[in-house]
Amino acid sequence: MYTQALNTAEADDRSLEDVAKAAQFQARIDAEERIEPNDWMPAAYRKTLTRQISQHAHSEIVGMLPEGNWITRAPTLRRKAALLAKVQDECGHGLYLYAAAETLGASREELVDTMLAGKAKYSSIFNYPTLTWADIGTIGWLVDGAAIMNQIPLCRCSYGPYARAMIRVCKEESFHQRQGYEIMLTLCRGSDEQKAMAQDALDRWWWPVLMMFGPPDATSQHSDTSTKWKIKRFSNDELRQKFVDATVPQAQYLGLTIPDPGMTQDADGHWRYSAIDWTEFKQVLAGNGPCNRDRMAARRKSHDEGAWVREAAAAYAAKRAQRQTAQAAE
Amino acid sequence: MTTPNTPLWEVFIRSRNGLAHKHVGSLHASDATMALQAARDIYTRRGEGLSIWVVPSTAITASDPAEKGMMFEPAESKIYRHPTFYEVPEEVGHM
Repeated sequence: MYTQALNTAEADDRSLEDVAKAAQFQARIDAEERIEPNDWMPAAYRKTLTRQISQHAHSEIVGMLPEGNWITRAPTLRRKAALLAKVQDECGHGLYLYAAAETLGASREELVDTMLAGKAKYSSIFNYPTLTWADIGTIGWLVDGAAIMNQIPLCRCSYGPYARAMIRVCKEESFHQRQGYEIMLTLCRGSDEQKAMAQDALDRWWWPVLMMFGPPDATSQHSDTSTKWKIKRFSNDELRQKFVDATVPQAQYLGLTIPDPGMTQDADGHWRYSAIDWTEFKQVLAGNGPCNRDRMAARRKSHDEGAWVREAAAAYAAKRAQRQTAQAAE
Repeated sequence: MTTPNTPLWEVFIRSRNGLAHKHVGSLHASDATMALQAARDIYTRRGEGLSIWVVPSTAITASDPAEKGMMFEPAESKIYRHPTFYEVPEEVGHM
């Protein structure tokens, strides 16, 4: 999920590299060829992708936290099983993505440590709290819906391992969105109180979800290189508009009101939304969102508490290897 | 104590009998048993497979993409290895 906001391509630092190789590389990209791990690539391409894919992986892992919060309190066994499966999927997505990032040369441990040290970003959306059960519906419907908008073009990303990981992720993501929408539908057909709960969740998530697509095109300075390298196929604003156009009718069907009184439909059928409060986005990215500290603390705690498992598994593998060597020597 | 980096494994899955195992991705695990279990959890959550192979990534020897010209060109120039190279009159029918 969730990379658009984090795209910050490296400045062009290819001056020292073989100009001919760089030209050949760009020609392959222009011909829609996929770049594979052992192929030559500009250092900046490698660095940009390592950062983007690992941030994407961190987002999946941190993304388990807001939803994991409701597993024990899901209203029925059916909802609980679905939520559990969804959170497990997010973990799987994180792992596919870490594996893709590692093909660029970074180690898993290195990537995770950078995240735990607070030096890597993850999607700002997970720094918002899940206060009610309706938030779980809204996350599936809107957060995963926005993620799908972002990720479908990434299935055609120029870097092979990333594109392949995205294909797997997109297949699974569709279940997430549908289960979220079903939760919303059930709430909206329920009591007045349940419907109010659904509306309240939409009110709180709408603007943060629009921010998931990243800064407006006019201020986003790094998109050029990513576009040239075919890592990014659509601009932030294009994807945001697509998402809004797809979502408004879904909200209407639920009988919910999008918390944007200024929203109008233009002659071409596009829903024009009001100005987004980017200071909030910057604040959350800077670490000052409602849950940033909680999320980091939860990740660090989980990593620390798992240390003995990693140590035991490594010790067991070492012991077995030693025994095998001894047996072979006999 | 610092834990050593956990080894990397490549995962291959046979989606159904009659098909070959196909590479699906990679994962980290301390030993082969844990690699198999992790592969089950990561790559077959929706019945994607009937059989899994895990292979230590270090055990794989790969061809060098920079030498792919030298490696594969000999096959490309031998068009007489393809059936369409040979002329069979239409009257003879399908062959």
